Amino acid sequence: MFIPCDRGGGSAAPDFKGFTLLMPAVSVGNVGQLAIDLVISTLDMTKVGYFYTDCLVPMVGNNPYATAEENSTELSINAEVYSLPSKKLVVLQIRSPFIKNKYRPFCETLLSWVKSSQCARVVLLSSSHAYQRDDEQLLGTPLRYLLTPDLEEAVGGRMQELNWKEMEKVAAYPGISDTDKVLHIPGGGITKLLFTESCSKGIQMAVLLKFCSEGDNIPDAFVLVNYLNEWLQLIKSESNNSTDVSSQWKIPSSWRLLFGNGLPPALF
Amino acid sequence: MATFFGEVVVAPSRAGLDEEEEAREETPEDREIRREIEKKREIDVLWTWKSGGCAEEPLVCSRFIVAIGRNAAAFLSSFILDSVCWEVVGVVKLWNEWCRTSSTTNVLPTDSFCLFYRLISDPTVLLCQCSCYVAEDQQFQWLEKVFGSMQKKGLQVTILSTCPVADYKTQESTLTLASPFLKALKTKEFQEQVCCPLLEQPNIVRDLPAAVLSYCQVWQIPAVLYQCYTDVIQLDTVTIEAFKPLLSSEVLKSLAKDASESTKILKKFLTTSETHNNIYI
Repeated sequence: MFIPCDRGGGSAAPDFKGFTLLMPAVSVGNVGQLAIDLVISTLDMTKVGYFYTDCLVPMVGNNPYATAEENSTELSINAEVYSLPSKKLVVLQIRSPFIKNKYRPFCETLLSWVKSSQCARVVLLSSSHAYQRDDEQLLGTPLRYLLTPDLEEAVGGRMQELNWKEMEKVAAYPGISDTDKVLHIPGGGITKLLFTESCSKGIQMAVLLKFCSEGDNIPDAFVLVNYLNEWLQLIKSESNNSTDVSSQWKIPSSWRLLFGNGLPPALF
Repeated sequence: MATFFGEVVVAPSRAGLDEEEEAREETPEDREIRREIEKKREIDVLWTWKSGGCAEEPLVCSRFIVAIGRNAAAFLSSFILDSVCWEVVGVVKLWNEWCRTSSTTNVLPTDSFCLFYRLISDPTVLLCQCSCYVAEDQQFQWLEKVFGSMQKKGLQVTILSTCPVADYKTQESTLTLASPFLKALKTKEFQEQVCCPLLEQPNIVRDLPAAVLSYCQVWQIPAVLYQCYTDVIQLDTVTIEAFKPLLSSEVLKSLAKDASESTKILKKFLTTSETHNNIYI
């Protein structure tokens, strides 16, 4: 459940009515989570609360977006909520994997919070195993989108303009020709469950995902966040010549040492 | 993913996914099995000060000191606890794949146990030694059942734990670091001095220590976690002594025992662990 940071006396609970909720799925390569880190870090978003849940593995650490000595000692936990009222944006960052059998309870809690806080729509950043692509998917863009029927009406046209590719459905039983087509997002974590639940609950949700593999997923995060930016325009391009905003995303200080410590000098 | 030798293996995902099982609809048999496993993995917190019949009043607690892991628990045994000033008031009974605890309060330092003690002269001071492993699906339960029995107004929490120095992320190699060493994390409400440097980014803490500190941060309880990075996994006196700077903290300085007694108890730990390590007679 959502617990605001500032409680008591003067301050009112944060109001997310009409906001866009941006969140990651814990998925292959952690690409959604890395992309969310870039958004929070670049837009210098303020932490407004915690998403306190028994569905995620606990973890704590000091402020992952620290820029100076003064702001480096604020404690962060596994699921936190950040907000930028000027862009009507609220972001949920998830920092640890799900506990076994907790996908469904988490989806239910999350979607009921979306409804009660009256968020206008949810944008889910995710990824899917690159090795499970079929022949056609191997060509062209590795980026895909999905819209729930309620959001399709509102923004489907924009996706056409941007020339985005919708996530293809696959045969339920590959090899057998006339079977039903189903949505299959291998490696996507809770993506499919959240999406199908949102469809049935009438929630406006968009899923933006990238095909990728485990490895150094920082480039994948940049590609995904640029994809998001094409639609939401979170940051504007600074140069007149191009719309490429890659260099404007700020890498958070916590992305250091992703692949291990320094080497022992005695090795050489 | 193809390996060097050409065989194809499924690369484990860092995202820790297990979707196939999650996506499948549960049959009634699956549901029954899952419920039975959940029941088996439920943890019981048995408080000795609670009598069965009457309404349960929350324990008024001003200071709660939690030692997680064998070395942290042994530090409290050596430097704080004794049978004269402290009484056992609670025990946790749990089972998971790594360990099982019982409701007995007569334990050895090498056993798996989770006991609660109260200072007789000031019953608002509570201490917990948790040398058993609390699995990730049990950590939330532990929090709710332990903190749920406490009145949290005016509470301050101190957590001691250890973890391998190989997990410590730093620019240098961990081989050149002088371990064991202490690092601290504190909640927003904690205003006192900490006894060691704070844990730098991008390091994180996991498991029960993280669960307790997260709980305190969310519910605005002043709390501090002292994490000892060590290169010894078993009970080790050097690791235990690495917690000594904490004896000068506000919370522990009034509780510290006589130094000579502590040395005696530490020596006993040394012989216990040495016997454990010998595979040759």
